[in-house]
Amino acid sequence: MKKMISLLVRNRPGVLSHVASLVTRRGYNVESIAAGPTENETRTRITLVVSGDERELEQVTKQLRKLIDCIEVRDLKYSQAVTGEVALVTVAVDPEKRGEIMSLANTFGAKIADLDEKSLTLQVVGSSHMVDMVITGLAPYRIKSMARTGLVALPMDSGEKKEMLS
Amino acid sequence: MSNNTKQGPGRTGAQILVSVLEQAGVDLVFGYPGGQAIPLYDAIYDAKFKHILTRHEQGAAHAADGYARATGKVGVVVATSGPGATNLVTGLATANMDSVPLLAVTGQVPTANIGNDTFQEADIYGISMPITKYNYLVTRAEKLPQILAEALYLAQTGRPGPILVDVPKDIQVAVLAPPELAPVSIPGYNPEPAIQSSQVEALVEALRQSRRPLAYLGGGVTVSGAEKELFRLLTENDIPAVSTLMAKGVFPDDHPLALGLPGMHGAKYSNLAIYESDLILCLGARFDDRVAGNVRRFAPRARMVHVDIDAAEIGKRVETHIPVVGDLKNVLIRVLDLVNPVRRPDWLHQVAELKRKHPLPIPQDDEIIKPQSVIRAISEVTDGEAIIVTDVGQHQMWAAQLIVSKKPRRFLSSGGLGTMGFGLPAAVGAQFGRPDLPVLLIAGDGGFQMNIQELATVREHNLPIKMVVVNNGCLGMVRQWQQFFFQRRYSSTIWNYMPDFVKICAGYDLPARRVTEPREVRGAIEAMMAAPGPQFLEFKVAPEENVLPMIPAGGGQTEFYDV
Ligand SMILES: Cc1ncc(C[n+]2csc(CCOP(=O)(O)OP(=O)(O)O)c2C)c(N)n1
Ligand SMILES: [Mg+2]
Repeated sequence: MKKMISLLVRNRPGVLSHVASLVTRRGYNVESIAAGPTENETRTRITLVVSGDERELEQVTKQLRKLIDCIEVRDLKYSQAVTGEVALVTVAVDPEKRGEIMSLANTFGAKIADLDEKSLTLQVVGSSHMVDMVITGLAPYRIKSMARTGLVALPMDSGEKKEMLS
Repeated sequence: MSNNTKQGPGRTGAQILVSVLEQAGVDLVFGYPGGQAIPLYDAIYDAKFKHILTRHEQGAAHAADGYARATGKVGVVVATSGPGATNLVTGLATANMDSVPLLAVTGQVPTANIGNDTFQEADIYGISMPITKYNYLVTRAEKLPQILAEALYLAQTGRPGPILVDVPKDIQVAVLAPPELAPVSIPGYNPEPAIQSSQVEALVEALRQSRRPLAYLGGGVTVSGAEKELFRLLTENDIPAVSTLMAKGVFPDDHPLALGLPGMHGAKYSNLAIYESDLILCLGARFDDRVAGNVRRFAPRARMVHVDIDAAEIGKRVETHIPVVGDLKNVLIRVLDLVNPVRRPDWLHQVAELKRKHPLPIPQDDEIIKPQSVIRAISEVTDGEAIIVTDVGQHQMWAAQLIVSKKPRRFLSSGGLGTMGFGLPAAVGAQFGRPDLPVLLIAGDGGFQMNIQELATVREHNLPIKMVVVNNGCLGMVRQWQQFFFQRRYSSTIWNYMPDFVKICAGYDLPARRVTEPREVRGAIEAMMAAPGPQFLEFKVAPEENVLPMIPAGGGQTEFYDV
């Protein structure tokens, strides 16, 4: 099982280390972790994607909640969250094959971020699933390097209401 | 007078640190100075609290821990940067495992030099992260007062624990305006979770339905001071109880409902009662693997109620049917309000039968003293009045089995981490914290040597600690495992050299005596307790005694090792 967790923490030096240290010490399986500023400069939002069995996943949430710097932890369901990820993918490609890749890029709304004679870098923005699809689409070419931000997520306002009603 | 300069504006970070501690009511600090803590120690020179110089930072950390365990107050320890700070690590981990409120203040190299592998720089902030409840590296001087207030608050609220504050030297000397301490508020930190009525009601209903309830008591009972409520609940409802190391004494060991220690070295009747029960009331305990080696074969027919202030403990190792989150004392008050006392004569009869059929094995002395006899004599002579501090090993388990504790905070032992070397310095801290009570240390010949330097602290302050070393000539607990599980291949557990403890004590100018005759055991302990000041007794005991019964690691409550 996989779970998406949205963590709002105090923006203090060392807060990321505290989260990382906890996850390492307890032996949790983290698929991605993304941290960044929020609308409030004293807060940082961290999105984690964690895998494990049900009991383990429940423990992750509880242990994160226990962190002194943690203000709020939410388990996010994909249906109740807006999510997104950015990936940069550099593909080795000869000029005559660029067209193929560009049409793939167009299909997914990816941008050409860099280009030279031998390679091309795509910037993909979207759901993790979409990023996965683009990467699958690029597999026949030689992917030279890749960087993904990991998932970022926010509870949907509408989803939040539904959750509270149920 | 420096006191006057302290009042006005423009005091140093170090002076402010001292005054925050003073205002918080700290009366005692343990520590050891060094280069990056000199400004701190300069301020301590004028402090209203007493500073106890130990002979090792580990000793200072355990002393602060023993002080905290004995009094319930925050223990404070100070050390310098680098090696001073790293010497605290075992002490912090020990306190963290047993939820002991500690404040550790360390000196650090100046902020500008951090990260440059400066002389005596160690990243104690990073090192201590997984072994503290929380920690701080102070990077701006003006934040120091608020951080200290927060640290003291965090150490003792909710589930207590050690907090480390790393203070670079430039911050110790920075001149600051007098601090205005805002009330501590940490968003998201909720040390007093509201108790949910539905959970309390579910507990009460489960208890009403139960025919064979059993209370499994942990350190949470000690921390929340719930012993009176607990006593009422258990005695009015015929609920027998097992007590972990951390809960020893919260329910009197000499009460018929008391079943003593559960788990690996618990009495058979204690574990069999757990196994037979139909309702486990886990009160502030955590199903540690030394108690529940195999969670599926712990209490297979029981419903599980788990009361803890730390929600993350609930469901961590066992599936819980009824969780109750909150301060134990307050939960029990609510429970007592709702519960209709029920008598359970059949269950009590069943438990009494278990006790009768499966008593703790009591070996008799032959020509050589049995270690168990020493512990029993200590228990009889001190009669629940002394603070018993143990080290770690066989003697600790015998003490847990055989010492009859009657009050909380009278049995101090490193439970979760099992730290050899804890005993002597923890006894020092306990004696400073409770000068009104006798303190008796029970240590092994191994662990006693791990912080033996603290004999100097005992001597310097003439602490009337009664020290007992149960000398079995070996690292008994490990030897026992080797005997049972490694065909008696005693790899590195039998000493090739044994120092003369009595002579060592002479070097520290401490009265000491060695006892080798079984018939002298009791008299020696009586004489020691009656004598003033520090006293040391070494008992030469049988080398190949084992702590029994034993459930091997990973075993269920009925899976006793067959000797
Ligand atoms: C710091 C530390 N090192 C190693 C151990 C492993 N250990 C547990 S009990 C024990 C033997 C202790 O021997 P001793 O102090 O003589 O006590 P005894 O078991 O003989 O009563 C050892 C080595 C430990 N618990 N702590
Ligand atoms: Mg020994």
